Amino acid sequence: MTNSLESAIAQSQHRSALSRIMGLQVFWVFLAAVLACAALTLLTDTFATERNLFNVTRNFAFVAIMAIGMTTVIASGGIDLSVGSSVVLAAVVIGVFMEAGHPFWLSALAALGAALLVGLTNGLLIAVVGMPPFVVTLGMMSFARSLALVLSNNKMIYEFGPDHAILLGLGGGRLFGIPNPVIVLVLIAAVMAFVYRWTRWGQHVFAIGGNESAALMTGIPVRAIKVSVYMFSAFTAGVAGILMVGWLGSVTTNLGTSMELAVIAAAVIGGANLSGGEGSVAGAVIGALLIEVIRNSLILLGISTFWQGAFIGFFIILVVAFDRLKALR
Amino acid sequence: MSRLRLTGISKHFGAIQALSDVSLDLAEGQVLGLMGDNGAGKSTLVKIIAGNFAPTHGTIALDGRPCTFHRPRDAQREGIEVVYQDLALCDNLTAASNVFLGRELTRRLGPLRIVDYAAMRQRSAAIFATLKSETRPRDLVRRMSGGQRQAVAIARTLVAEPKVVLMDEPTAAISVRQVAEVLDLIRRLRDRGIAVLLISHRMPDVFAVCDRIAVLRRGALVADMATAATSPEEVTGLITGAIETRFGRAA
Repeated sequence: MTNSLESAIAQSQHRSALSRIMGLQVFWVFLAAVLACAALTLLTDTFATERNLFNVTRNFAFVAIMAIGMTTVIASGGIDLSVGSSVVLAAVVIGVFMEAGHPFWLSALAALGAALLVGLTNGLLIAVVGMPPFVVTLGMMSFARSLALVLSNNKMIYEFGPDHAILLGLGGGRLFGIPNPVIVLVLIAAVMAFVYRWTRWGQHVFAIGGNESAALMTGIPVRAIKVSVYMFSAFTAGVAGILMVGWLGSVTTNLGTSMELAVIAAAVIGGANLSGGEGSVAGAVIGALLIEVIRNSLILLGISTFWQGAFIGFFIILVVAFDRLKALR
Repeated sequence: MSRLRLTGISKHFGAIQALSDVSLDLAEGQVLGLMGDNGAGKSTLVKIIAGNFAPTHGTIALDGRPCTFHRPRDAQREGIEVVYQDLALCDNLTAASNVFLGRELTRRLGPLRIVDYAAMRQRSAAIFATLKSETRPRDLVRRMSGGQRQAVAIARTLVAEPKVVLMDEPTAAISVRQVAEVLDLIRRLRDRGIAVLLISHRMPDVFAVCDRIAVLRRGALVADMATAATSPEEVTGLITGAIETRFGRAA
């Protein structure tokens, strides 16, 4: 009896570990990114320089941080188009606060608070009022960016008061030779990978994405979890916004424009399924990495930057087609 | 003593009378088939027992104790579990995760509480074993047959040692072989002393597993009799109204 029970548990699927890994979209995307890096190292003498790698990793960190938030939303069966606007709102709030002489910590809290408020509004309209996520976050995309314009009066902010150096150091600096935004990314990714796998919240997010009515009927607090998911997405956008201000050294109101597209692309390339229930932290990070490597390689290879969109678009369609093919088999 | 006793249950939705004065008894280890045409009030009755909505009149008693349910959780806490028609499974999760959906087992990890997958797999494997189902806890529900999916949905009801299991059309959309599997699962619930209320349109299935058959017609109970004392023809007559009423001593 105990024997058959244990063998039933052990006998999980008729598939080896290797074939499981090969079936993962993340694996193939990672392979593509590694191959692209290897090719670039051989083809150019500019790719594998410390300076270029520093730039690549830092640039991709912003999108990757937000792609983790986006993957969470997509895994719950939603979408968040307002993240680019949350970036600029957080950036303007921290800029205005610091310019007025407030300390960094207070201004950063205000910026994160503004972003969380955007997420809360999204979440309440979607989960409680029951409006479709696409429409709500589309409206919020316009609303939050407009707020940022009003708040800054569309003026560039580049004086950040007494804590000027702290802000610039946070976004542009490095720790042990690693760009600070990458360190923040690693922290968020580690925490969220754990949360996805080991917490009830993580299980419930994926359950809602898999079958929302089943989640409701089994007593999962669907509304509260959906609100928290949109708040988390906005939070990652707020963090990215603060880091981007520090990196750029100024706030302009076109910050984060159409960034939601890059973020959704990273999440989807990394295996997040727009119909919900699937996605991983590693996928989000690797998807963002692939996009940045493509961007960087086109520049280094001297190919017109006009081609960037074509390559990224090609990859999005390729991975989704790949997914279709797997489903057909 | 009866496990579940409904006394004079009525339900109005505005001017519409969905149920009028329905009284039913369900004993431990008994399978009661609830039949009736579309709109006869079967689903309404199930939803009242499951705590989805309160009856306008009438009482529900479990083991002789009157109960009031404000939400499905209340009914669940009292030992009433439901297998929904669409099974309410998450395709993207494993069998074990689905069995414990919404009541995941956790263990301590320092200051945190984390999901205890090992315990969930152990316990769901044990439940599958008592159901004599070959469902494996780690398998994704997406890759399962209709019968296995039913086993997962039924295993879910057994997590909390239920007193009553309500099943809404469990054999409506599956193959003949899988129907046999599901009927076996129902017999195993019965053998464990659980009272089962089976809502079904399929006459052969009801006659195969039920000890008693009750018929609803336009919101009223028109028959309650032992399966052995009736025939599919008579039940059809009762459902359509060709036969007025029929009540016999419960088996």
